[in-house]
Amino acid sequence: MDFELSMEQDILRKTVRDFAEKEIAPKARELDEKEQFSLQTMAAMGDLGLFGMVVSEEYGGQGMDYISYIIAVEEIARVDGSHAATVAAGNSLGIGPLYYYGSEEQKHKYLPDLCAGKALWGFGLTEPGAGSDAGGSATTAVLDGNEWVINGSKIFITNASTPISRGVTVMCKTGSRDEKRPELSCILVENGTKGFEAREMHGKMMWRGSNTSELYFEDCRVPKDNMLGLRGKGFHQMLETLDAGRLSIGAMGVGGAQGAYELALRYAKERQQFGRPISTFQVNAFKLADMAMEIEAARLLLYQACWQKDQHKSFSKSAAMGKLYASEVMGRVVNEAVQLHGGYGLMKEYNVERFYRDQKLLTIGEGTSEIQRLVIARLIGAI
Amino acid sequence: MNIVVCIKQVPDTETQIKIAGDGKTIATDDIKWVMNPYDEFGVEEALRIQKAKGGEVIVVGAGPKRVTESLRTALAMGADKAVLIEDDGLYGADPLAVAKILAAAVKPLSPDIVFLGMRAVDDDAGLVGPALAEFLDMPNLSVVTKVEVGEGSVTVQRPVEGQTLVLEASLPAVISAQKGLNEPRYASLPGIMKAKKKPLEVKTLADLGLDKAGKAEIAALTPPPARAAGKTISGETAQELAANLAKALREEAKVI
Ligand SMILES: Cc1cc2nc3c(=O)[nH]c(=O)nc-3n(C[C@H](O)[C@H](O)[C@H](O)COP(=O)(O)OP(=O)(O)OC[C@H]3O[C@@H](n4cnc5c(N)ncnc54)[C@H](O)[C@@H]3O)c2cc1C
Repeated sequence: MDFELSMEQDILRKTVRDFAEKEIAPKARELDEKEQFSLQTMAAMGDLGLFGMVVSEEYGGQGMDYISYIIAVEEIARVDGSHAATVAAGNSLGIGPLYYYGSEEQKHKYLPDLCAGKALWGFGLTEPGAGSDAGGSATTAVLDGNEWVINGSKIFITNASTPISRGVTVMCKTGSRDEKRPELSCILVENGTKGFEAREMHGKMMWRGSNTSELYFEDCRVPKDNMLGLRGKGFHQMLETLDAGRLSIGAMGVGGAQGAYELALRYAKERQQFGRPISTFQVNAFKLADMAMEIEAARLLLYQACWQKDQHKSFSKSAAMGKLYASEVMGRVVNEAVQLHGGYGLMKEYNVERFYRDQKLLTIGEGTSEIQRLVIARLIGAI
Repeated sequence: MNIVVCIKQVPDTETQIKIAGDGKTIATDDIKWVMNPYDEFGVEEALRIQKAKGGEVIVVGAGPKRVTESLRTALAMGADKAVLIEDDGLYGADPLAVAKILAAAVKPLSPDIVFLGMRAVDDDAGLVGPALAEFLDMPNLSVVTKVEVGEGSVTVQRPVEGQTLVLEASLPAVISAQKGLNEPRYASLPGIMKAKKKPLEVKTLADLGLDKAGKAEIAALTPPPARAAGKTISGETAQELAANLAKALREEAKVI
């Protein structure tokens, strides 16, 4: 057993932390307040190399291991959830499927710009009528000569309608195997294609600095070659993508919890009531001790899952556990972190307020906590 | 143009320093080590000059094995090569001894410019730069916020009491960096991967034919006195406030 990070991972953590504190933290509150996606911070994250982290250099990626990627997401989430979302969705949902299932031509066409952070790509799975039950997608793609004709809509799709969004991977019904089981396939649709519109969604409670869209397809025609990987493999590709994606949501949980905990610890040591720092009241000291412990436990669980992935071992169960546990730990941490801030914790002027809101996505996105429990229950043979 | 940057590894500025059991050193268990922030300015300036004039940037560090990480960080920022003089006893050693050791390591690299930070944020001595210049027999340009390299010479600026001194020296020269010289770049992720493959040479004091015997030794370390809470002076009018302030300064603080 070796719990030591490699020197590169250590340097990476320091670099991304430094970058996040200097380039993202000062802007996060305003972007949240204005519900604005920032092209400027996006470009800076691209320049640092935060996109295509696990993609090989051949396609413009960084060729790092999965733990490195998770550390980077964790460090961004430590200062801001929205930026962490842009990076995590960009890598896991945008770049991931193209890299793992794309043809050489597709990879060379899209990956260099995506890995440089010059473009973003969305992953369109969720529909108004198909969320947790993603297999129930109603969006259809019908082959007409050399083209797929797509009809339907998607909702809550991250990174799909920024000025630099280049396209989306859309899961469509391309036929049916039998009465009950549809044939699902993933198809690439570039922004600007006739019949396709990505409309930005507003009024989010959390991740307000990240971009979320509704996608509309109306007789949208794309070349037959825009199929991602094999026809009928869509559901499988989606499950694999989500397995890996869960690790990055877990990283947002660990990083966000770490950030909120640090804010709470600092505040509790400074704030005096009854003539002493509130951190010295045992009830509060114990809360902070619990936070530190739970964050550490979540981090270990998550890193173990990443290690399994890096070692090409099966990691589905640990990924579900890591995501579930980290997102719920962050829930407990932000709750007590706001409590320790008293009335100030309820004010937007205090960053802990944003952490409190941003946390809530983590128990819902990329598989709700209930779905994670379902995945784990199946994998341990309870169901 | 070959440029050497000397790098010291120091505790992260956020570290809460504790004194070790021996009363002479700091407890290093929970410390996160980073490149001395002033040295980062040196690395950045070296890389900018290299971009304009070509040549090589070599970073040199002295200390225990962990210093490798700071050297790799400089390589990840873009430096070409690194040299580590590895010795466990060098951290906290006499600055003059350190300067002598660095001089022995730097000399064979025949640099045109040697950069270092104007001081290290841990011991704040600020001695290594000038001493290194002396041992290398080069002009010493300390506390510099602007560097312009000419033909065989260099012009630098040093802020002094609201004014700016402009100094010119022949090359090679030793320049110590002050905050404001530049905005250091981040070690990019591709840079971190490239740094893995860049050469890092490890030398011992014996290789340099030196020992670390210095003249100064730390006899004891004591923490600074805990800062007492501030005192609010009260009073209705400006006169009353001033009178109360004067009274407190005389009778309590005993400074006037
Ligand atoms: C900001 C944001 C970004 C997103 N980004 C993307 C993206 O990029 N791409 C994408 O495809 N999707 C994205 N999503 C969608 C997200 O993955 C879904 O919201 C999520 O999967 C849940 O689906 P739903 O909202 O339809 O909830 P539902 O599935 O309707 O669930 C409602 C409730 O019912 C529970 N429930 C459902 N089924 C079961 C069951 N079998 N047993 C027990 N309880 C159950 C759920 O746990 C939940 O509590 C994003 C969502 C948000 C909010």
